[in-house]
Amino acid sequence: MSETTEKVRKTLARRYRAEKRFKAFGIGSIAIGLMALVLLFTDIIGKGHSAFVEHEIQLPITFDAEVLDISNPRDEDELNYGNYQGVIRDALAERFPSVEGRQDTRALNQLVSTGAGYALRDMLREDPSLLGETRTLWLLADDDVDLFLKANEKQREDSRLNAKQREWVAELEASGETRVVFNQSLFSYGDSREPEQAGILGAILGSLFTMIVTLVLSFPIGVAAAVYLEEFAPKNKFTDFIEVNINNLAAVPSIIFGLLGLAVIIGLFGLPRSVPLVGGIVLTLMTLPTIIISSRAAIKAVPPSIRQAALGLGASKMQVVLHHVLPLALPGMLTGAIIGMAQALGETAPLLMIGMVAFIVDLPAGPLDAATVLPVQIYLWADSPEQSFEALASAAIMVLLAFLITMNTLAVVLRKRLERRW
Amino acid sequence: MNFKMKATLAGAAAALAMASVPGTAMARDTISIVGSSTVYPFATVVAERFGRTGNATPKIESTGSGGGMKLFCQGVGTQHPDITNASRRMKKSEFELCQSNGVKDITEVKVGYDGIVIANSVKGEQIDLSLRDIFLALAKDVPNPDGSEELVANPYKTWKEVNPALPNTKIEVLGPPPTSGTRDAFNELAIEGGCKTFPWLKAIKDEDKSKYKAICRSVREDGAYVEAGENDNLIVQKLEKNPAAYGVFGYSFLDQNRGVVQAANVDGVEPTFDAIGSGDYPVSRSLFFYVKKAHVGVVPGIEGYVKEFTSEKAWGNNGYLSEKGLIPLGDDLRKSMAKQARSLKSMTGEEL
Repeated sequence: MSETTEKVRKTLARRYRAEKRFKAFGIGSIAIGLMALVLLFTDIIGKGHSAFVEHEIQLPITFDAEVLDISNPRDEDELNYGNYQGVIRDALAERFPSVEGRQDTRALNQLVSTGAGYALRDMLREDPSLLGETRTLWLLADDDVDLFLKANEKQREDSRLNAKQREWVAELEASGETRVVFNQSLFSYGDSREPEQAGILGAILGSLFTMIVTLVLSFPIGVAAAVYLEEFAPKNKFTDFIEVNINNLAAVPSIIFGLLGLAVIIGLFGLPRSVPLVGGIVLTLMTLPTIIISSRAAIKAVPPSIRQAALGLGASKMQVVLHHVLPLALPGMLTGAIIGMAQALGETAPLLMIGMVAFIVDLPAGPLDAATVLPVQIYLWADSPEQSFEALASAAIMVLLAFLITMNTLAVVLRKRLERRW
Repeated sequence: MNFKMKATLAGAAAALAMASVPGTAMARDTISIVGSSTVYPFATVVAERFGRTGNATPKIESTGSGGGMKLFCQGVGTQHPDITNASRRMKKSEFELCQSNGVKDITEVKVGYDGIVIANSVKGEQIDLSLRDIFLALAKDVPNPDGSEELVANPYKTWKEVNPALPNTKIEVLGPPPTSGTRDAFNELAIEGGCKTFPWLKAIKDEDKSKYKAICRSVREDGAYVEAGENDNLIVQKLEKNPAAYGVFGYSFLDQNRGVVQAANVDGVEPTFDAIGSGDYPVSRSLFFYVKKAHVGVVPGIEGYVKEFTSEKAWGNNGYLSEKGLIPLGDDLRKSMAKQARSLKSMTGEEL
């Protein structure tokens, strides 16, 4: 055995141990990351899963023309001002005939959500022949009733319902006059101050419009800038200066872009507050550096031999870029764009300044309608006094996470699918 | 690819060019409301109900009272808000700012009261505080405990040291940061209220007003008062986890979280609906909103919104706002205020 082999043999065990340690550190880091993820998910899902269902109460409702104060159910004005609460009140009084006194009647009427009245209106609008008829209907329960029914024995003691209300609800529950249904309003309405009627569709649409504006503006601008800087720009002090500034821009806190948006886009150009168009422009400023940097990296990764071959065959510089470099760099650019978009989707700070942190009920129909976005909706709900909003906020976080996971998965799939190796 | 890209670029350029026509305020058919985060939970309910009756639902931003005034007073024109909410009265300086920017006619509407409560977890002990206790426990500088008329940095560590009747627990109060209107009101009503009970401190007011304010509206910064952010829900959650801590927040949060937190009595008065409304509970304030008259008729629905807000079914004793924790005005005041609001009476500036 030579001397060298001897030496190697001696240190071999130590080197193996070092390698094992090194690997263990890596696995440990991943475990910590995963644990944080699991903690986040269990917390959010634990809090938010109950918001996906809600309770309804069964009541026989008589569409009494006199109580409703509606003579012609086809008249929109009469429909809007109909006394639907009165009909529900009568139905409740009939169900609990022993309830007397102002205080108690009022407590009884609080069991049903104010949204139930609007549901009745919509039914009557759909089918005017209901006027005068009696139907057994499932009506949306108030959020306090909903919380009470969802709570376990011990939590029920802390309910906001008073002793009598608890008794009534327990009676309804025991006789099967309550049921759990999927929370449809969550995905079909805008914001509301009544938790049982609040939905995130408004915020989803707002996010969608904002993202469309951001994508339409930032992707072409970002790609064009990257192509010029990589393929055409001379290498001099000035382009170095631009590069430093782009990298710098990527590190600017996002609230600054919001201030800029407020001062320039709203202040100077006179665009309205709280609209996705302005939000999209502001987020474009924020996303651009990400797209430019990743696009440049993608262009750099295209081997020079391809450019040289094209040039050698007589292609012009522009043909080289458009026919060869861009298609080959596209997967990388798209990945960068999607990651930039995912970042923009989760942003609230710049939107605060331009008025998108607002209570908006009506669903936006386009980028010029007032709207809010998903993360803002989460923030607004987390800040509301009603207890049920806590679960709703967590549910909205789940929806936002679902979008983010989809986008990031798409980025990975695109990269895997379209990536070329040389 | 090249053509498509050019087209998109051209489109983007066109969008930017369109946006760069200065001063083109777009017509708006939804009411725009800004202002206090304390009034926000009430104004949003009114807006929603108003929207359900066939109108466009007003858009409400929670910017804080001061921020709202600034936006509101920036000028007339649909790019500026129509209504601002405030958890305090408009200041003279704000009224003047409005005037100088052409916002001449403003209608003031007082909508009700809000109490600020000091609460702890129901698992803890309910306590009785006086305003003086609050001042001694939370002010930055307090009179020397030996009784002499000089100020020392707040030496109190436990509630028992402040007042022997209080429990022997560490002073730990979670409350809003200085940017909050709730904090302003708490400093002014509770801490200053307790400060005033020392005659020699009160006497400073006549000599040197700013010195008096510095003493009587300061909050200690040694960790006993924890700034917990503007999110009152977070404070409630933290109180639930830590029964020894106390929290400062608005009455509506107490009302919504009964069973989780309980409020301390202040000067022997429990913060109830009635006690705050009658003014017996000392830490309560009035809530307002202000309407820009120049926008009435330009932006549709402002009159309807004001009418909805000032209707009995909204702000009355049994109205839906009282269910959300707003404490209504007295019957007479409510009637006269409703009349004043619906006729859109302008402020003169003298009343401030």
